[in-house]
Amino acid sequence: MEAGMNAGIVRFPGSNCDADVYRAVTDGLGARATYLWHKSTDLEGVDVVVLPGGFSYGDYLRAGAIARFSPIMGEVIDFARAGGLTLGICNGFQVLCEAHLLPGALVRNRNLRFRCHDVGLRVENAGTAFTTAYGEGDLLHIPIAHGEGQFVAEVSTLDELEAENRVVFRYVDRRGQATDAANPNGSARNIAGIVNAEGNILGLMPHPERHSLSVLGNTDGLGVFQSLLAAVSRARGRRSDTAPPEAPEVAAGAVAGAGVSS
Amino acid sequence: MSRVWSVDVRVTPREGILDPAGETIRRALGNLGYEGVHSVRAGRLIRLEVEADGPEAAVASTEKMCEQLIANPIIEDYVVRVRQG
Repeated sequence: MEAGMNAGIVRFPGSNCDADVYRAVTDGLGARATYLWHKSTDLEGVDVVVLPGGFSYGDYLRAGAIARFSPIMGEVIDFARAGGLTLGICNGFQVLCEAHLLPGALVRNRNLRFRCHDVGLRVENAGTAFTTAYGEGDLLHIPIAHGEGQFVAEVSTLDELEAENRVVFRYVDRRGQATDAANPNGSARNIAGIVNAEGNILGLMPHPERHSLSVLGNTDGLGVFQSLLAAVSRARGRRSDTAPPEAPEVAAGAVAGAGVSS
Repeated sequence: MSRVWSVDVRVTPREGILDPAGETIRRALGNLGYEGVHSVRAGRLIRLEVEADGPEAAVASTEKMCEQLIANPIIEDYVVRVRQG
Protein backbone atom coordinates (compact mmCIF):
# COMPACT_ATOMS: atom_id res chain seq x y z
CA MET A 1 0.00 0.00 0.00
CA GLU A 2 1.44 3.30 -1.06
CA ALA A 3 1.92 5.61 1.88
CA GLY A 4 1.47 9.35 2.02
CA MET A 5 -0.51 11.61 -0.20
CA ASN A 6 -0.01 13.99 -3.06
CA ALA A 7 -1.66 17.36 -2.47
CA GLY A 8 -2.35 19.45 -5.57
CA ILE A 9 -1.99 23.16 -4.90
CA VAL A 10 -3.69 25.38 -7.47
CA ARG A 11 -1.81 28.50 -8.49
CA PHE A 12 -3.90 31.35 -9.82
CA PRO A 13 -2.34 34.63 -10.87
CA GLY A 14 -2.24 36.41 -7.52
CA SER A 15 -2.08 33.33 -5.30
CA ASN A 16 0.45 34.03 -2.57
CA CYS A 17 0.07 31.27 0.02
CA ASP A 18 0.79 28.42 -2.40
CA ALA A 19 4.38 28.00 -1.18
CA ASP A 20 3.26 28.06 2.46
CA VAL A 21 0.84 25.21 1.81
CA TYR A 22 3.56 23.37 -0.09
CA ARG A 23 5.88 23.56 2.91
CA ALA A 24 3.13 22.54 5.34
CA VAL A 25 2.53 19.40 3.26
CA THR A 26 6.15 18.54 2.46
CA ASP A 27 8.04 19.71 5.56
CA GLY A 28 5.14 19.45 7.99
CA LEU A 29 3.81 16.06 6.92
CA GLY A 30 6.58 14.56 4.84
CA ALA A 31 4.01 14.09 2.08
CA ARG A 32 4.08 15.12 -1.58
CA ALA A 33 2.76 18.34 -3.02
CA THR A 34 2.29 19.33 -6.63
CA TYR A 35 1.61 22.79 -7.99
CA LEU A 36 -1.26 22.93 -10.47
CA TRP A 37 -1.28 25.89 -12.86
CA HIS A 38 -4.66 27.59 -13.27
CA LYS A 39 -4.54 27.20 -17.06
CA SER A 40 -4.05 23.45 -16.83
CA THR A 41 -6.98 21.08 -17.12
CA ASP A 42 -5.17 18.14 -15.55
CA LEU A 43 -5.20 17.45 -11.82
CA GLU A 44 -2.32 15.00 -12.35
CA GLY A 45 -3.88 12.34 -10.16
CA VAL A 46 -3.50 14.25 -6.90
CA ASP A 47 -5.28 12.91 -3.81
CA VAL A 48 -6.33 16.29 -2.45
CA VAL A 49 -6.86 19.70 -4.03
CA VAL A 50 -5.94 22.85 -2.13
CA LEU A 51 -7.01 26.32 -3.26
CA PRO A 52 -4.56 28.55 -1.42
CA GLY A 53 -4.83 32.10 -0.15
CA GLY A 54 -3.94 35.20 -2.09
CA PHE A 55 -5.60 37.73 -4.31
CA SER A 56 -6.43 35.79 -7.44
CA TYR A 57 -6.99 38.15 -10.37
CA GLY A 58 -6.47 41.08 -8.03
CA ASP A 59 -9.80 40.34 -6.32
CA TYR A 60 -11.38 42.25 -9.22
CA LEU A 61 -15.17 42.22 -9.39
CA ARG A 62 -15.51 40.08 -6.25
CA ALA A 63 -12.87 38.03 -4.44
CA GLY A 64 -12.71 34.64 -6.17
CA ALA A 65 -15.22 35.54 -8.89
CA ILE A 66 -12.78 35.43 -11.81
CA ALA A 67 -10.64 32.57 -10.51
CA ARG A 68 -13.76 30.46 -10.29
CA PHE A 69 -13.80 30.36 -14.12
CA SER A 70 -10.12 29.47 -14.56
CA PRO A 71 -9.63 26.44 -16.82
CA ILE A 72 -8.53 24.23 -13.93
CA MET A 73 -11.69 24.99 -11.96
CA GLY A 74 -13.75 22.76 -14.27
CA GLU A 75 -11.60 19.84 -13.15
CA VAL A 76 -11.61 20.96 -9.52
CA ILE A 77 -15.41 21.19 -9.51
CA ASP A 78 -15.73 17.70 -11.04
CA PHE A 79 -13.19 16.35 -8.52
CA ALA A 80 -14.98 17.95 -5.58
CA ARG A 81 -18.45 16.89 -6.75
CA ALA A 82 -17.19 13.32 -7.09
CA GLY A 83 -16.16 13.36 -3.42
CA GLY A 84 -12.52 14.43 -3.80
CA LEU A 85 -11.07 16.12 -0.74
CA THR A 86 -10.92 19.84 -1.46
CA LEU A 87 -9.60 22.52 0.87
CA GLY A 88 -10.04 26.23 0.27
CA ILE A 89 -8.07 28.60 2.47
CA CYS A 90 -8.94 32.31 2.57
CA ASN A 91 -9.08 33.28 -1.12
CA GLY A 92 -9.62 29.57 -1.77
CA PHE A 93 -12.73 29.69 0.45
CA GLN A 94 -13.97 32.66 -1.55
CA VAL A 95 -13.40 30.72 -4.79
CA LEU A 96 -15.32 27.70 -3.42
CA CYS A 97 -18.29 29.90 -2.53
CA GLU A 98 -18.22 31.62 -5.92
CA ALA A 99 -18.15 28.17 -7.54
CA HIS A 100 -21.20 27.19 -5.43
CA LEU A 101 -19.29 24.28 -3.96
CA LEU A 102 -20.01 25.84 -0.56
CA PRO A 103 -23.03 27.92 0.42
CA GLY A 104 -22.99 31.60 1.32
CA ALA A 105 -20.54 34.30 0.36
CA LEU A 106 -17.65 36.28 1.80
CA VAL A 107 -18.02 40.04 1.79
CA ARG A 108 -16.06 43.04 3.03
CA ASN A 109 -15.10 42.89 6.70
CA ARG A 110 -17.61 44.62 8.94
CA ASN A 111 -15.13 47.30 9.99
CA LEU A 112 -13.71 47.69 6.43
CA ARG A 113 -10.23 46.89 7.72
CA PHE A 114 -7.84 44.35 6.36
CA ARG A 115 -7.27 42.16 9.40
CA CYS A 116 -3.91 40.44 9.75
CA HIS A 117 -3.33 38.80 13.14
CA ASP A 118 -3.85 35.57 15.03
CA VAL A 119 -7.37 34.62 16.01
CA GLY A 120 -8.80 32.09 18.40
CA LEU A 121 -10.61 29.23 16.68
CA ARG A 122 -12.73 26.54 18.25
CA VAL A 123 -12.98 23.16 16.54
CA GLU A 124 -16.72 22.61 16.31
CA ASN A 125 -16.63 19.33 14.43
CA ALA A 126 -13.65 17.01 14.85
CA GLY A 127 -15.26 14.31 12.72
CA THR A 128 -14.59 15.76 9.28
CA ALA A 129 -11.81 14.58 6.98
CA PHE A 130 -10.06 17.88 7.78
CA THR A 131 -10.25 17.79 11.56
CA THR A 132 -9.82 14.24 12.91
CA ALA A 133 -6.40 15.22 14.28
CA TYR A 134 -8.18 17.60 16.65
CA GLY A 135 -10.63 17.07 19.45
CA GLU A 136 -14.06 18.64 19.62
CA GLY A 137 -13.80 22.00 21.35
CA ASP A 138 -10.03 22.32 20.87
CA LEU A 139 -8.88 25.93 20.86
CA LEU A 140 -6.41 26.87 18.13
CA HIS A 141 -4.45 30.00 17.36
CA ILE A 142 -4.33 30.56 13.63
CA PRO A 143 -3.50 33.69 11.62
CA ILE A 144 -6.01 35.50 9.48
CA ALA A 145 -5.12 37.94 6.70
CA HIS A 146 -8.11 39.19 4.75
CA GLY A 147 -10.22 42.18 3.88
CA GLU A 148 -13.21 40.23 2.64
CA GLY A 149 -13.85 37.49 5.13
CA GLN A 150 -17.27 38.27 6.48
CA PHE A 151 -19.28 35.09 5.96
CA VAL A 152 -22.89 35.79 5.03
CA ALA A 153 -25.72 33.45 4.10
CA GLU A 154 -29.50 33.23 4.32
CA VAL A 155 -30.75 32.50 7.84
CA SER A 156 -32.17 29.19 6.58
CA THR A 157 -28.72 28.27 5.22
CA LEU A 158 -27.05 29.19 8.52
CA ASP A 159 -29.60 27.09 10.41
CA GLU A 160 -28.98 24.18 8.09
CA LEU A 161 -25.21 24.47 8.54
CA GLU A 162 -25.63 24.42 12.31
CA ALA A 163 -28.17 21.59 12.34
CA GLU A 164 -25.94 19.42 10.15
CA ASN A 165 -22.85 20.20 12.21
CA ARG A 166 -21.18 21.75 9.18
CA VAL A 167 -19.74 24.75 11.00
CA VAL A 168 -16.25 23.35 11.50
CA PHE A 169 -14.43 26.36 12.98
CA ARG A 170 -15.73 29.36 14.89
CA TYR A 171 -13.96 32.54 15.98
CA VAL A 172 -13.68 32.57 19.78
CA ASP A 173 -11.96 34.50 22.51
CA ARG A 174 -9.26 33.20 24.84
CA ARG A 175 -11.85 31.43 26.96
CA GLY A 176 -13.34 29.71 23.96
CA GLN A 177 -16.44 31.91 23.84
CA ALA A 178 -17.83 32.94 20.45
CA THR A 179 -18.25 36.58 21.40
CA ASP A 180 -18.76 39.55 19.12
CA ALA A 181 -15.39 40.94 20.18
CA ALA A 182 -13.71 37.72 19.06
CA ASN A 183 -15.27 38.00 15.62
CA PRO A 184 -12.67 39.73 13.42
CA ASN A 185 -14.84 40.43 10.40
CA GLY A 186 -18.49 40.28 11.38
CA SER A 187 -19.08 36.75 10.09
CA ALA A 188 -22.55 35.40 10.77
CA ARG A 189 -22.54 33.41 14.01
CA ASN A 190 -18.73 33.74 14.25
CA ILE A 191 -18.34 31.21 11.44
CA ALA A 192 -14.73 30.80 10.31
CA GLY A 193 -14.99 27.56 8.33
CA ILE A 194 -17.65 25.25 6.90
CA VAL A 195 -17.94 21.96 5.03
CA ASN A 196 -20.36 20.90 2.32
CA ALA A 197 -23.13 18.41 3.12
CA GLU A 198 -21.01 15.46 1.96
CA GLY A 199 -18.11 16.60 4.12
CA ASN A 200 -15.39 16.48 1.47
CA ILE A 201 -15.06 20.23 0.83
CA LEU A 202 -13.82 22.61 3.54
CA GLY A 203 -13.49 26.35 3.25
CA LEU A 204 -12.02 28.53 5.98
CA MET A 205 -10.73 32.08 6.18
CA PRO A 206 -7.87 31.51 8.68
CA HIS A 207 -4.54 30.15 7.42
CA PRO A 208 -3.65 26.81 9.05
CA GLU A 209 -0.55 26.55 6.83
CA ARG A 210 0.92 29.63 8.51
CA HIS A 211 0.94 27.78 11.83
CA SER A 212 2.06 24.39 10.61
CA LEU A 213 5.78 24.21 11.38
CA SER A 214 7.62 24.64 14.66
CA VAL A 215 9.95 27.10 12.94
CA LEU A 216 6.89 29.32 12.50
CA GLY A 217 6.42 29.33 16.26
CA ASN A 218 3.14 27.45 16.29
CA THR A 219 1.83 24.20 14.81
CA ASP A 220 -1.86 24.53 15.65
CA GLY A 221 -2.75 24.42 11.95
CA LEU A 222 -0.85 21.27 11.07
CA GLY A 223 -3.78 19.15 12.24
CA VAL A 224 -5.78 20.10 9.15
CA PHE A 225 -3.08 18.59 6.93
CA GLN A 226 -2.52 15.59 9.23
CA SER A 227 -6.25 14.91 9.08
CA LEU A 228 -6.18 14.99 5.28
CA LEU A 229 -3.23 12.61 5.19
CA ALA A 230 -5.08 10.23 7.49
CA ALA A 231 -8.24 10.45 5.36
CA VAL A 232 -6.29 9.71 2.18
CA SER A 233 -4.56 6.74 3.85
CA ARG A 234 -7.90 5.38 5.05
CA ALA A 235 -9.44 5.68 1.61
CA ARG A 236 -6.44 3.99 0.03
CA GLY A 237 -6.55 1.15 2.56
CA ARG A 238 -10.21 0.62 1.82
CA ARG A 239 -9.58 0.60 -1.92
CA SER A 240 -6.94 -2.08 -1.62
CA ASP A 241 -9.20 -4.19 0.64
CA THR A 242 -12.29 -4.08 -1.49
CA ALA A 243 -12.99 -3.29 -5.08
CA PRO A 244 -14.62 -0.14 -6.34
CA PRO A 245 -12.98 3.17 -5.54
CA GLU A 246 -15.20 5.58 -3.76
CA ALA A 247 -15.13 8.96 -2.16
CA PRO A 248 -12.85 9.24 0.86
CA GLU A 249 -14.59 8.56 4.11
CA VAL A 250 -15.65 11.72 5.83
CA ALA A 251 -17.51 10.44 8.86
CA ALA A 252 -15.84 10.44 12.24
CA GLY A 253 -12.98 8.03 11.86
CA ALA A 254 -10.96 8.33 15.02
CA VAL A 255 -7.40 8.97 14.01
CA ALA A 256 -4.96 9.70 16.76
CA GLY A 257 -3.97 13.30 16.46
CA ALA A 258 -0.76 14.94 17.47
CA GLY A 259 -0.97 17.44 20.28
CA VAL A 260 -1.92 20.34 18.12
CA SER A 261 -4.37 22.08 20.37
CA SER A 262 -3.23 24.82 22.65
CA MET B 1 -30.18 44.54 -37.28
CA SER B 2 -27.14 43.88 -35.22
CA ARG B 3 -25.42 46.85 -33.64
CA VAL B 4 -23.55 47.78 -30.49
CA TRP B 5 -25.62 48.81 -27.49
CA SER B 6 -24.34 50.59 -24.47
CA VAL B 7 -25.60 48.69 -21.45
CA ASP B 8 -25.33 49.67 -17.78
CA VAL B 9 -25.40 47.10 -15.01
CA ARG B 10 -26.01 48.51 -11.57
CA VAL B 11 -24.99 46.11 -8.83
CA THR B 12 -26.01 46.85 -5.24
CA PRO B 13 -25.78 44.90 -1.98
CA ARG B 14 -28.95 42.92 -1.40
CA GLU B 15 -31.45 44.05 1.17
CA GLY B 16 -30.40 42.76 4.57
CA ILE B 17 -26.75 42.36 3.62
CA LEU B 18 -24.57 44.54 5.79
CA ASP B 19 -22.84 47.18 3.65
CA PRO B 20 -19.91 48.51 5.66
CA ALA B 21 -18.74 50.78 2.82
CA GLY B 22 -22.15 52.45 2.53
CA GLU B 23 -22.39 52.78 6.29
CA THR B 24 -18.97 54.45 6.44
CA ILE B 25 -20.03 56.95 3.76
CA ARG B 26 -23.19 57.67 5.73
CA ARG B 27 -21.23 58.39 8.90
CA ALA B 28 -18.79 60.60 7.00
CA LEU B 29 -21.68 62.58 5.54
CA GLY B 30 -23.03 63.02 9.06
CA ASN B 31 -19.64 64.34 10.19
CA LEU B 32 -19.75 66.87 7.35
CA GLY B 33 -23.04 68.17 8.64
CA TYR B 34 -25.39 66.49 6.17
CA GLU B 35 -28.32 65.55 8.31
CA GLY B 36 -31.18 63.28 7.46
CA VAL B 37 -29.21 60.74 5.43
CA HIS B 38 -30.84 57.63 6.77
CA SER B 39 -29.09 55.06 4.65
CA VAL B 40 -26.31 54.75 2.08
CA ARG B 41 -25.80 51.63 0.02
CA ALA B 42 -22.63 51.46 -2.07
CA GLY B 43 -22.63 49.36 -5.20
CA ARG B 44 -20.92 49.46 -8.55
CA LEU B 45 -21.73 50.42 -12.09
CA ILE B 46 -20.46 48.25 -14.90
CA ARG B 47 -20.81 49.66 -18.42
CA LEU B 48 -20.68 47.27 -21.35
CA GLU B 49 -20.74 47.70 -25.11
CA VAL B 50 -22.74 44.72 -26.32
CA GLU B 51 -23.45 43.69 -29.88
CA ALA B 52 -27.02 42.46 -30.25
CA ASP B 53 -30.00 42.47 -32.63
CA GLY B 54 -31.96 44.90 -30.47
CA PRO B 55 -32.15 46.42 -27.01
CA GLU B 56 -34.13 43.47 -25.65
CA ALA B 57 -31.53 41.04 -26.91
CA ALA B 58 -28.76 43.20 -25.43
CA VAL B 59 -30.51 43.14 -22.05
CA ALA B 60 -31.16 39.41 -22.25
CA SER B 61 -27.55 38.53 -22.96
CA THR B 62 -26.29 40.95 -20.29
CA GLU B 63 -28.65 39.41 -17.74
CA LYS B 64 -27.15 36.04 -18.51
CA MET B 65 -23.68 37.51 -17.87
CA CYS B 66 -24.92 38.91 -14.57
CA GLU B 67 -26.22 35.53 -13.44
CA GLN B 68 -22.97 33.82 -14.31
CA LEU B 69 -20.31 36.36 -13.37
CA ILE B 70 -21.10 40.03 -12.97
CA ALA B 71 -23.27 39.72 -9.85
CA ASN B 72 -23.44 37.20 -7.03
CA PRO B 73 -27.17 36.73 -6.40
CA ILE B 74 -26.46 35.52 -2.85
CA ILE B 75 -25.32 38.98 -1.83
CA GLU B 76 -26.15 41.34 -4.68
CA ASP B 77 -29.07 42.65 -6.73
CA TYR B 78 -28.58 43.96 -10.21
CA VAL B 79 -30.46 46.09 -12.71
CA VAL B 80 -29.67 46.03 -16.43
CA ARG B 81 -30.48 49.07 -18.55
CA VAL B 82 -29.75 50.02 -22.16
CA ARG B 83 -28.50 53.59 -22.38
CA GLN B 84 -30.16 56.00 -24.77
CA GLY B 85 -28.40 57.35 -27.82
